[in-house]
This record gives sequence, C-alpha cells and structure tokens, in this order.
Amino acid sequence: MSVLAAEPRSIRLSAPKWRLRTGRWLSPALLLVLWELGSRTGVIPTRVLAAPSVVAQTLWSMIVSGELASNLAVSLARAAAGLAIGLVVGVALALVAGLSRRGETGVDPLMQLGRTLPSLALTPLFIVWFGIGETPKITLIAVATVFPIYLNLFAGIRGVDAKLIEAARSFGLSGWQLIVHAILPGALPSFLVGLRYALGVAVLVLVVAEQINASAGLGYLINNARDFMRTDVIVVCLLVYATLGLSADLIVRALEARALAWRTSFLKS
Amino acid sequence: MAPPVAVSIRDFTRRFGDTTVLRNLNLEIGQGEFVALLGRSGSGKTTLLRTLAGLDPADREQVVSPSARAIVFQDARLLPWKKVWRNVAIGLPGRDTRARAEAALTEVELSHHLDVWPATLSGGEAQRVALARALVREPALLLLDEPFAAVDALTRLRMHELVLALWRRHAPAVLLVTHDVDEAITLADRVLVLDQGRIAAEERIALPRPREADPQFQAIRSRLLAHLGVTAPGAKETPPAEGALVAFPTGEIVT
Repeated sequence: MSVLAAEPRSIRLSAPKWRLRTGRWLSPALLLVLWELGSRTGVIPTRVLAAPSVVAQTLWSMIVSGELASNLAVSLARAAAGLAIGLVVGVALALVAGLSRRGETGVDPLMQLGRTLPSLALTPLFIVWFGIGETPKITLIAVATVFPIYLNLFAGIRGVDAKLIEAARSFGLSGWQLIVHAILPGALPSFLVGLRYALGVAVLVLVVAEQINASAGLGYLINNARDFMRTDVIVVCLLVYATLGLSADLIVRALEARALAWRTSFLKS
Repeated sequence: MAPPVAVSIRDFTRRFGDTTVLRNLNLEIGQGEFVALLGRSGSGKTTLLRTLAGLDPADREQVVSPSARAIVFQDARLLPWKKVWRNVAIGLPGRDTRARAEAALTEVELSHHLDVWPATLSGGEAQRVALARALVREPALLLLDEPFAAVDALTRLRMHELVLALWRRHAPAVLLVTHDVDEAITLADRVLVLDQGRIAAEERIALPRPREADPQFQAIRSRLLAHLGVTAPGAKETPPAEGALVAFPTGEIVT
C-alpha cells in the first residue's frame, strides 16, 4: 500500500463500529427477556412492576384511545412554552453581556448568582406566586433553561478567537456585520451545547412541575396511575419521558450536523 | 518630482507601558515597491506592520498608509464557518462578489476549492486563500506578516513564486515581515533590518530575479545576518561539533 493511502480524510471506521453497535443491543434485550420471565413466574409481582408484555399492551391501548396523545400534547406544549421563554431570555441576556463590557457588568453577576440556585427549589415560591395552574409549571421550565443557554452562549461569545475577529475587522467588517459574520457563528458550537443541556433540563423540570396538581399531561397520568397502583401506566409514562429526552438530543444533534458542518469532526463523517 | 510614495512614517514612536517598541522610526515605501523587514523576535517588526494595517492606533500625521490595504497573517485566519469563496469575499462591497472571489482564487490556483470548508485545506492552501482574500481588495499596500513561516519548505518556495507573480501583475507596495534572510533577499527590492525599534540597516537588492544562484546573494546574506547578530554565515544550520555537550529537551546531558 502506498503512503498516500493513509491520508486522514479517507480513513473509514464504519465497518468495525457497526459490528460493535449491533452487539450493543444484546444486553438490553436480555434484560427485557429476564424481566418478562420474572413477571410470568411471579418473581416480580405486578404491583411492583408490570411485565414488558403488559406494558406494551397498555401502551397500545393508550395510543389507540388517544389518551396518550392528548396528554403528551399538553406536556409538550408546557415544555415548549417554557423552553421558548428560556431561550429568548437566555439568548438576549447572553448577547447583552457577551457583546458589551457594560452589559457584562450589569447582567453577569446576577446570572452567576442565579445559576447557583437549583431551579426546582423555587417550586414552593412559584406556587405561592402563581397558584397551581399552568403558569408555575411554564415559569419553572423557563427559569431552569435560561441558565444553560445564557452561560454557554456567553462563554461562546467571549471564547471566539480574537485573532479571527481582528482579521475580520481588518477586512472591513464592523458593528453588526462583525457580530453576524464572525462572533455569533464562532459562538454557535457553545450555544448548541447549551441548547442540548437546556432541552434535557426542560424534560427533567417538566416531570417535577407536572406533579403540581395537574389535570392533564403525563404527570397527571403518572399521579393517577400511582393512586391506582397501575405500574404498567407508570412504566409507559416513563418510557415516554425517556423518548422525549432522546428526541430532544436527536433534534440538537441534527441541528449541529447542519449548522456545524464546517467543523472537522463533521467533515470526517 | 519625487517618485510617488505609498507609505510614509515620520518620527514614529510606539510604547507599550514602559517598553518602547518603535522609536523615532522613519520609513517610506514607494508605490509598487517590495520591501522586506527583517528582525529578531521582539524587534518591533510586527508592531510596525500592525500600525500600518491600522490594527494599532497611530497618529495620522506621523503614519500615512493607503486606505486600500490588506494583510496576510502568519496563520491564515480564515473564518472556519464560511466556505472558501465567502472567506475571500468577506467585507467586499458591491455586487458579484462571488465572481471577484473566484477570479482571485483562480490566480492562486484554487478555483477548484471555491465551495469547500477551510478546515479541509492544507496549510499552504489556506495561506493561498488568505493571499486571494488580500488580493481581491486590489490593495495599494499588501502587508505580509511572516506568511510563509508555518508552511513546509517546498510549499514556501512555490509561495515565493506565486507572490512574485502576483506582485508583478498587480503592483501593490508590499511590506513583508520575515525572519528568513534568504526569503527577504529572494523577494524584496529593499531589505530593512529592524533592531530595538529602529531601522539598523538597509540593503537595496538590485540583482535580477531569480536570485538564489547569484554570486552576490551570499555576500548580501552575510551582511544582513551580521546586522541580525549572526556572525558566521550559515551558522543557523551548523550542527554541534562532535564531542560537544548537547542538552536534550528532557534535561539529560549527552556528551
């Protein structure tokens, strides 16, 4: 083989990776089989944990009846509303703090203080302020997501290579052009890290927020199921939460693959 | 009438805190003249270039430099999130910027790389893009800040040819900052040696290009090296004599 064949761009790792990946399904599948066997032989009582087959049936019936879809829609709307607010506020604050020294002096200390507070600890206060309707739930998600967005975007803006900015400036960019063409694209990778984190936090806070006296949504389903000891319904809801977290991650990954196509890590694949 | 001047610096002093980087410096560069600036690290050569580029503040009465100017940095400094042609076209006013960028990239023999990401380019290619980005602005002053220091020796030779060809075609005034004496003699009309913020020596190179084989090349080289504090000609590549103490980076000493 010639030396030229070792050019890094042409290295392909896909074959061994794929074999490993197929092997990775084995242990979860085995766990599922053991769980099913345990339930059927009575080792795992239904009131402790429903069998996978029962969970699957329950999932199917909840899908067919529309119960799952309608409650999922309520939960998604909450998460989306909270996240949207958190995103807008977080991005706005990070731009103010990141792009001007005065903005940093004004905004950053407050955000650094605020981020030390676990957002969920605000739940009782928000119930006192906003009652037990939708407002405290959405506000909780918004507050929790502001911080990862802000912190990462702020760090991203400040972390943009000063040499690149200088070069862009020397080629005639200034003001908004400089921000749009040089600073923000440079901060984008950090922002996406923040977004990914915020999506995860949104799902987490959603779970807790929905325990506040909800009359619809996944949390409502879980609370009801708990009262009737329906472990199958609880597991279905857990699966849905997991799927939410997973899809959130996939969404950001897809965004990254599109928006960060210029990065070497994406160029290789 | 005196020949037209592109750059004029009069009695210019630049300090950073207590250190004086440039002191009472005078320099003129004619239109279309190729000047190389040699100097050891810390001699102030990059500061001088940055001043001419407008990156460092300067009094307009002391420093006159054309508004149409462009820099090629040591590291190409391409925006990694912009395709090659967009990097070339960055900040260009007017329409058909793509066509202009394409023309500039054709001149540096990279017309086939218009739509690739900078991260896929080799060091030499990236530097050629940086050259195209400077050229597309049709500068009256082209500032080259050790642009070939980070590329391999073979690429450097090709880049020299390219820069000379582009300089002949577009005739900008060029200020090349370098620490490579051979490079300075090969390319420039005039070589300046900067030492402690002053111009310590000046050498006009009247040899016809290409110059490497010219018998006078070595004489000029020795003179310039002497100004840079290197006494023995070619001393920079002399291997240590046998039996001499050699300190290895690990700290161990081998005889």
